[in-house]
Amino acid sequence: MKFRAIPQLPALTLALLLGLAAVLSSQPPAPPSLTLLSKEGRRALPLTLVGDQEFVALDDLAGPFQIAVREDALGAVTVTYKGKTIVLTPDQALASVSGRLVSLPAPPSRSGRRWLVPVEFVSRALALIYDARLDLRKPSGLLIVGDVRVPKVAVRFDPLGNAARLTIDATPRAGSTVTQDADRLTIKFDADALDALNPPLAPQPAQGIVQGVRLVDQTTMAVDLGPRFAGFRTTSQPVDDTQRLVIDLLALVPSDTPAPPGQSPQPGQPAQPAPPPPAEPPLVFGQPPSAFHTIAIDAGHGGDDEGVKSGEGAKEKDLTLAVARRAKAVVEARLGLRVLLTRDDDRNVPLDERTAIANNNKADLFVSLHANGSMRPSTTGASIFCAAFDKDAAQTAAAGGAERLPTFGGGSRDIELVPWDLAQTRHLDRSERFAEFVEAQFRDRVPLSSRAIDRAPLRVLESANMPAVLIELGYLTNAEQAKLLTSEAFQATAVQAIYEAIVRFRDAFAAGGGTP
Amino acid sequence: MTVRRLLAVGVLLLTAIVVGTIVWLRVPRFTSQATPRAAAAPAPTAPAPPGRKIKARLFYVGDDGMKLTGIERDIAYGEGATEQAREIVAAQIAPVVDPLVSAVPRGTALRAVFLTQGGEAYVDLSRDVITAHPGGTLNELLTVYTFVNALTVNLPAVTSVQLLVDGKEIDTLSGHIDLRQPLAKNLSWVQ
Repeated sequence: MKFRAIPQLPALTLALLLGLAAVLSSQPPAPPSLTLLSKEGRRALPLTLVGDQEFVALDDLAGPFQIAVREDALGAVTVTYKGKTIVLTPDQALASVSGRLVSLPAPPSRSGRRWLVPVEFVSRALALIYDARLDLRKPSGLLIVGDVRVPKVAVRFDPLGNAARLTIDATPRAGSTVTQDADRLTIKFDADALDALNPPLAPQPAQGIVQGVRLVDQTTMAVDLGPRFAGFRTTSQPVDDTQRLVIDLLALVPSDTPAPPGQSPQPGQPAQPAPPPPAEPPLVFGQPPSAFHTIAIDAGHGGDDEGVKSGEGAKEKDLTLAVARRAKAVVEARLGLRVLLTRDDDRNVPLDERTAIANNNKADLFVSLHANGSMRPSTTGASIFCAAFDKDAAQTAAAGGAERLPTFGGGSRDIELVPWDLAQTRHLDRSERFAEFVEAQFRDRVPLSSRAIDRAPLRVLESANMPAVLIELGYLTNAEQAKLLTSEAFQATAVQAIYEAIVRFRDAFAAGGGTP
Repeated sequence: MTVRRLLAVGVLLLTAIVVGTIVWLRVPRFTSQATPRAAAAPAPTAPAPPGRKIKARLFYVGDDGMKLTGIERDIAYGEGATEQAREIVAAQIAPVVDPLVSAVPRGTALRAVFLTQGGEAYVDLSRDVITAHPGGTLNELLTVYTFVNALTVNLPAVTSVQLLVDGKEIDTLSGHIDLRQPLAKNLSWVQ
């Protein structure tokens, strides 16, 4: 027996499916419910909406919480749990919990033979007499019973040009592991359940690095990767009672990158080949752990202190701020380090305050960004400065001193005293080491001065209580270099070089146990 | 006879009083020149008065712009270290013509020079040294070490130099070099 193929069959099937989908989508939304999470598992508690208030039936609470509900002749409702009672009175937004009055957002309400109570009854009344912890998370629709680990998980996505960053905060702290499986990253949390939106992140453009983030099961999220995804790196660190997982994602760089703006050929001029785009950094995998956490980046000058000005009117204060902001974004995105800017807008910050920001935040590195000026317009090239001190100052700092101070609870401890203006003397070796890293990274990418590394009594470095350098990116007083310094391409290249110097310094720092 | 003798004694006494008064008035002038020694400066652009000259090494921006270059010039002789320091600074800040380029901003005037027994020189300049400064770490370095080296190279009695502006200490000229204490000679900024 032969069956004849029906040409219209695929179309009919599609129409049937579409019709079914339309019917399903036109159904009324599911009634609200509360998800009860406990060691035994999860179950749904139906809720009833009266106005804007969510109510739960006492009968529905009776089973899971082993409570008894009784209504007396006067209409009062008594809830009993292991000999302890809660008394509810109709028309009163109050509950008497073992003789103690607590308020409720609405009075109890009868629905047929069932008594409805505001959902807050669980956290405000029942929790006071219940043996186990009751944690009502109303925005998430969760009621957590007992010692169940259900961190609240928030996901943030930041696209950063040819890279992107996913920041996933779990509160209270919960560890996680990230694995790659073909075109998705799987994040498995060390928890019993997750308190997260579904999906945790709105869908992203299909052609990007990430297409979306979704919940796979109670404790697992999946990051759906886009066609531009090239690699990833994760860092995890505690921030107060939150565990912050940062996933840095690198994108494939298209081979036909257009020329930077402002470099298109002028009419009548032959088209010049576009300069190669600044090399994106390789993501740094498998770096040893280090105690290198914070970098302070100082954008020189600002406000009424404009610094050097080029013949075309470019100002040092604007250039340093642009480069500082770019460096912060790159270092934070790729290394997961904390980056402080001594100024993030056009204002004059006193030199002492700049250093104080770094010192007070216990920065591990201080980088002051500047552009240079010369009386001779022909002078060009970048230089990296370390602080210089005269012999007397160095001896004073070396002599140091300690003061014995009393401590709470008795006893005493020695506090090392370092004069504020001489704090840098103890870090000069490491400052020079970092300067060498910067010079090495600049060498083939950024035009260097004939005095690439130098020392000078620089006011902004002297008080820095950490390795510190001042980078002069080039000369705004040289017309060609002024044009270069203000270009996006140069700034990206310079930041890339600084970033790589920081990576090498950090690795040396880690390898040397904090002393590169 | 007695009258004559009395007249003679009177004349002697009068002479002694006049001489004593003159000496008494002169002595404080010498004592007032004790440390710190100060000398008011004439306008820096004024030509050196004709008279005795000495050779001094003054500093200007080198051809590559990266360093100072020392040039020997005839400058006015000053009586004593303070006067000579004043003459050196006055010559150093005087306007120059091409091909020389000065690291000192145009319009900067010398207000005073003080020397201490410890070898520190304090050079008090007009505010133009700040307001007319073009900025930049290198420019500031060369400006500062123009003064520091001009005095420490030419006057063995001067070992360090601090710049003042309008009689007061300053942090920096344009946000870079720490000027809160005297700086010693530094020839690494000289070709």
